[in-house]
Amino acid sequence: MLCQECGKRPATLHYTKIINGEKTEFHLCEVCAQEKGEQMPGAEGGFSIHHLLSGLLNFDSHPQAGGQEQTGVKQETLRCPTCGLTYSQFSKIGRFGCSDCYQAFRERLGPLFRRVHGHTAHRGKVPQRTGGQLKIQREIERLKSELNQRVANEEFEEAARLRDRIRALREKLES
Amino acid sequence: MSLQRFIQHALSEWMKGKGPQSDIVISSRVRIARNLSGLPFPMLATSSQSAEVVRRVEKALHQAKKHPVLGDAELIRMDDLNELQKRVLVEKHLISPQLAEESRHGAVILSKNEAVSIMINEEDHLRIQCLFPGFQPDDAWRLADQLDDWFEEHLSYAFNEECGFLTSCPTNVGTGIRASVMVHLPALAMTQQLNRLFPAITQVGLAVRGIYGEGSEALGNLYQVSNQVTLGQREDEIIDKLQGVVMQMIEHEQNARRRLRETSPIQLEDRIHRSYGILSHARFISTKEAMERLSDVRLGVDMGLLNNVSASVMNELMVMTQPGFLQQFAGQRLDPEERDIRRAVLIRERLSTEGNPEESGKTR
Repeated sequence: MLCQECGKRPATLHYTKIINGEKTEFHLCEVCAQEKGEQMPGAEGGFSIHHLLSGLLNFDSHPQAGGQEQTGVKQETLRCPTCGLTYSQFSKIGRFGCSDCYQAFRERLGPLFRRVHGHTAHRGKVPQRTGGQLKIQREIERLKSELNQRVANEEFEEAARLRDRIRALREKLES
Repeated sequence: MSLQRFIQHALSEWMKGKGPQSDIVISSRVRIARNLSGLPFPMLATSSQSAEVVRRVEKALHQAKKHPVLGDAELIRMDDLNELQKRVLVEKHLISPQLAEESRHGAVILSKNEAVSIMINEEDHLRIQCLFPGFQPDDAWRLADQLDDWFEEHLSYAFNEECGFLTSCPTNVGTGIRASVMVHLPALAMTQQLNRLFPAITQVGLAVRGIYGEGSEALGNLYQVSNQVTLGQREDEIIDKLQGVVMQMIEHEQNARRRLRETSPIQLEDRIHRSYGILSHARFISTKEAMERLSDVRLGVDMGLLNNVSASVMNELMVMTQPGFLQQFAGQRLDPEERDIRRAVLIRERLSTEGNPEESGKTR
């Protein structure tokens, strides 16, 4: 596909902008995108991925919320308790304020991650040190539910064995 | 400062070293974004919180005395550098323009050979970067991975099970990894094949950019290819995919070079030697023209059509003719016209010492 502005170079940036429900598609080459970037309000210093990104973030409206106003109210009240960043601020700057924002905006991030990455769950590396604890915690949770099952089935011998394992893991976690 | 000494001082390992496929691939880089737990990301951090990040990292670094890479690494604070020194680090790809210009309590840890640079308080608390010559993204990843493990032993990272490593920008979340390979594609450019190649690359989820990152112009037919997705794929999958795609780009470039040699050998040689002539005699040359001519000469060297220059000299000159470097070499601020003159002098001198038969005998 060729750039819609110059019609010469290949379009490398593809995005959709939605303003007041009106959808506009853009297919630009780097050069024209940069020129266009200067015309866009707030796009100082060129046309970066973050400007594209904030477009994606604004796009994220909830169909079930019903009505523009309600969505607006919801965005405004969604605020990270740790750093104070609101979701609407996040959607403007395209950056999180702190690691707790991920928890605070959790319900809104799924669609965003899917659009940017095509996935929503991490499959890569886990921290060796703290990640080890994470693994133990997961194992304890798994054993606890198994323990409840055994107790319900009156399999007390097996339940006692599980209880000992949980205790051992808890001690390991605290050491 | 003598030119020779400046070059030795100025060159990073990736510019000197000859790596695999270095006739087409200039360098391979992997960077990992990490944040410390319990502190806001640099954008919202207060000055004292940013200072705390540096303090924690520096404390960790003190425990690295015996580490093979970090042992002799140096922590440099942006506040201790002048504008020109920062610019040189940017042109050597060791720090980003953002760290140089906008960061608060920004710092960088540089290993002695400059293959490793770890930015502190850029967009994220930590940006671990490994830069290798030639085509070796897997080696760059292995080293970055080890360094990451080492820091994780000494610092607590912001991580959650679902999203992985938490980063300031949602485009980096998960693995926090950005792997990129810098390729020199003059033959594909000459034969106008890039228009077909680049859309295909973006379609498989990789990005192509100019050499100084986002939005920068492609100077001297140099392009940076990198992964876009950081969440939902394992690090080794990301590296493998990039490697596979770049391997195909190398093949296309090789074919294009072969075809050029077969179909228009005289025109090709003419272009290369003309550019060599201009570089060795010009009294006045802009960055843009210098990069274009250097690209031609480099192609000549890589195709064996030009024997009195080495490929590493081309790497050097591509970095050293950038504005910041020129001014550092001159030891003063220069206006654009003075820079164009100095640039021409620098290139002429470098090519003439290289053209000396004894010297070139050693480098080849």
